[in-house]
Amino acid sequence: MYRFDKTRLDLAREFRTNPFGEHSPDLQYLLHIMRDPAHGDAYHVLLVDRPGERWTLAMMEPGGRTPPRPTNVVFTDLKEAEWHVFRVRWAALAGEELPIE
Amino acid sequence: MSRVMGYCDRWSVAPGETVRFMVSCEGAARYDARIVRLKQPEAGPLATAFAPEPVDAPCNGSHPGRLQSIPIGSLAVVPAHSAFALSASFSIAVCVYPTTPGKGRQAIIGTWTEATQTGFGLEMDAAGALTLRIGAGPAAVACVSTGVPLSARRWYFVAAAFDADAGTVTLWQEPLSFHDFHPERAVKITATVAVRPGGAPAPLIFAAFSSGLAHGSSSWGGLGFTHHFNGKIDAPRLARLALDRAGIAALGATPLSASMAEHLVGAWDFSRDMSTDTIRDLGPWRLDGVIVNQPTRAVRGHDWSGGHADWTKAPEEYGAIHFHDDDLVDACWEPDFGFTVPDSLRSGVYAAKLTTDGFDFWVPFFVRPPHGQARSKVAFLASTATYTAYLNNRGRFLSILPERYQGRLTVIDAIDSLLIEFPEMGLSLYDRHSDGSGVAYSSRYRPVQNFRPTGRHWNFNIDLFIIDWLERLGGDYDVITEEDLHNEGLELLRPYSVVITGSHPEYDSADMLDAFEAYLRHGGRLMYMGGNGFYWRIAHHPARQGVIEVRRAEGGVRAWDAEPGEAFHSFTGEYGGLWRRNARAPQRLVGVGFISQGFDKCSYFRRTPQAADARVAWMFEGIEEEIIGDFGVLQGGAAGLEIDAIDRRLGTPAHAVVVARSENHSNTYELVAEEVLIPHGATDAVINPDIHADITFFETPGGGAVFSTGSIAYAGSLAWNGFDNNLFRLTTNVLNRFKDATRFPMPPE
Repeated sequence: MYRFDKTRLDLAREFRTNPFGEHSPDLQYLLHIMRDPAHGDAYHVLLVDRPGERWTLAMMEPGGRTPPRPTNVVFTDLKEAEWHVFRVRWAALAGEELPIE
Repeated sequence: MSRVMGYCDRWSVAPGETVRFMVSCEGAARYDARIVRLKQPEAGPLATAFAPEPVDAPCNGSHPGRLQSIPIGSLAVVPAHSAFALSASFSIAVCVYPTTPGKGRQAIIGTWTEATQTGFGLEMDAAGALTLRIGAGPAAVACVSTGVPLSARRWYFVAAAFDADAGTVTLWQEPLSFHDFHPERAVKITATVAVRPGGAPAPLIFAAFSSGLAHGSSSWGGLGFTHHFNGKIDAPRLARLALDRAGIAALGATPLSASMAEHLVGAWDFSRDMSTDTIRDLGPWRLDGVIVNQPTRAVRGHDWSGGHADWTKAPEEYGAIHFHDDDLVDACWEPDFGFTVPDSLRSGVYAAKLTTDGFDFWVPFFVRPPHGQARSKVAFLASTATYTAYLNNRGRFLSILPERYQGRLTVIDAIDSLLIEFPEMGLSLYDRHSDGSGVAYSSRYRPVQNFRPTGRHWNFNIDLFIIDWLERLGGDYDVITEEDLHNEGLELLRPYSVVITGSHPEYDSADMLDAFEAYLRHGGRLMYMGGNGFYWRIAHHPARQGVIEVRRAEGGVRAWDAEPGEAFHSFTGEYGGLWRRNARAPQRLVGVGFISQGFDKCSYFRRTPQAADARVAWMFEGIEEEIIGDFGVLQGGAAGLEIDAIDRRLGTPAHAVVVARSENHSNTYELVAEEVLIPHGATDAVINPDIHADITFFETPGGGAVFSTGSIAYAGSLAWNGFDNNLFRLTTNVLNRFKDATRFPMPPE
């Protein structure tokens, strides 16, 4: 069974280069782990500040009974938003920061 | 923060007709209303600038605001009758199938009125145990409970007998489920009470109790309702007599027992008049009633044998109604203003823009040409059935799951957030009810968050990219709606040389498909401008415009699946599900059908060698490139989101020509479920060559033709680079040829 491997920095580099579009099978497996609804935790969403131009990262509780909680992290590029969240999720899985900016 | 929300009473309005707007305003004394024409969506700096065009209208200006509530939750009700004034002995027998016992008190049947604490009510208490409540006022209320909670999703025969002379209540709670080994036993309890039901005459209500006069909008009779029941109720009976167990059996018997004739108050058979809002009483007073807020009918009853899957063949086995505390068919708001369409206003897409304290809310509507007239050769057919299906789709952001299949973070804006703040706005056909059952009905008589020119691009505001293109070409088009099409059939389409669909016309009734087919057989030209069209069969409410039903039967990419034996529409008795499962796959009508979806990145089309054939070469005039649509506002390409491919096996005409085919789709593009009968793993676009969108053309025997883009994202590329692009030229070439009356000859066999 596929398991998270914090030594697979190649997958992080692949995602950094190409957050959308075709991914290698191992990167796709890793993204499935990061996006697993079974863990039941709060998850990241983007709140639109200006359509097509600016978004604020927020946390949402499963079930949608409470409004998303905005953070102070703002993006003007959706690829940067994906990379930021990828790094946060990597750190949560690895127990340490991802050593790639 | 102040909020304003609204909806209108009709989506399709002709010159001389009036559309009325219902508005609720919270936190502000006034709001501003402006009628505008919508000529494009709001889509950022890469698209045509969003510029709604003001329309002179008497209703434009400031209006007093007021808060209007939404009475969500279904029930059935019989108007007050002297027969319900049961101050002496009575008995109740009914079958129930609770789905959320334990969520709180839930009414089953009764005249109980919460405000006055009067009447009688059979209910589940907070723990889910059967309870009889009787009262003659706040100081005279008695409750008797079995103390044993019912289990979720299991049938029970439950009964209560109130013996006024003895001052006792007896309850029976007996499991009815078969084919499993759930450890349950029948429960009987008798208790003394010192109260008799009292109070003014009150209606008899199923699945809710009256809370007294409504403080806001009322779904029925000026009353408010509370303690909504989640689950099914079947064969309720009421008698003026305290019965023992044998008598209770007689009361609950089907057919009705002659021994009960003298004492029977009512015996409601929910299998009668299944397609209507009526519930029928077989008792002596014929105490018929109505359902409120469209609970689900045509569902398995307590005695469903499994011998029939079609309720029309065995209605007696479908005597249950499934009620939900989040059913909603009409917000029942009072109108605030109207707009009478002047004769001079050209057909198009319009909206009332409501604003208060910087918060905008859009209420779109469509101005059609005068009835029986066409003012253009070209008609844009707004996908109102699909818009209705998606209204208030909250499943998109209630878990991280959509991120998994969309391949990107979920984006939410302020109007999306209204669904979280105001859950009473109701659900979409993509949601599940609070008890987990699928939502089978959707209505447009309520404020909605995702039918607007702004926000996430889907359905309506993607269709505005097509409007943007038509405006660029001079604005010579009429707008008609699928609701018109269902009602009027071929006569609606006949005046037009070309009919242009929206980007995602996913839901169709049989009447709608028949009209398309007839139009094409009469030489019509159809531009199917999207993906995943003509996919689900729907039924329309027989009397109420703007209310549709879907049964997600058998295959298909679907947010829920129909329960066993519940694949036939309640509104029409027709078998539901995919049109493909009804032997009318979309490939038969438009050459292509749904093959895959993905939402992370859109791709492009590559011209095929067949595009050089003289039958289709004209559409590439002025286009040198082999690659078409490698650009666009919707995730960077014209091929994507939901895409369609040809399939000769499913009905693509033998002479259909694929002029361009997409390629290079990502991992999130998986084969549709109906194509994966045996899971094999090679189901995403990276490995599976079946996944592509096909731009397809074919002629019809009447001299007409069909052009299908096979991709929802296609529309988002039309305006790229100031409309100077190959996809714009391709699409415009097709439109111009389709407007030309010269017949398309069928190719030689």
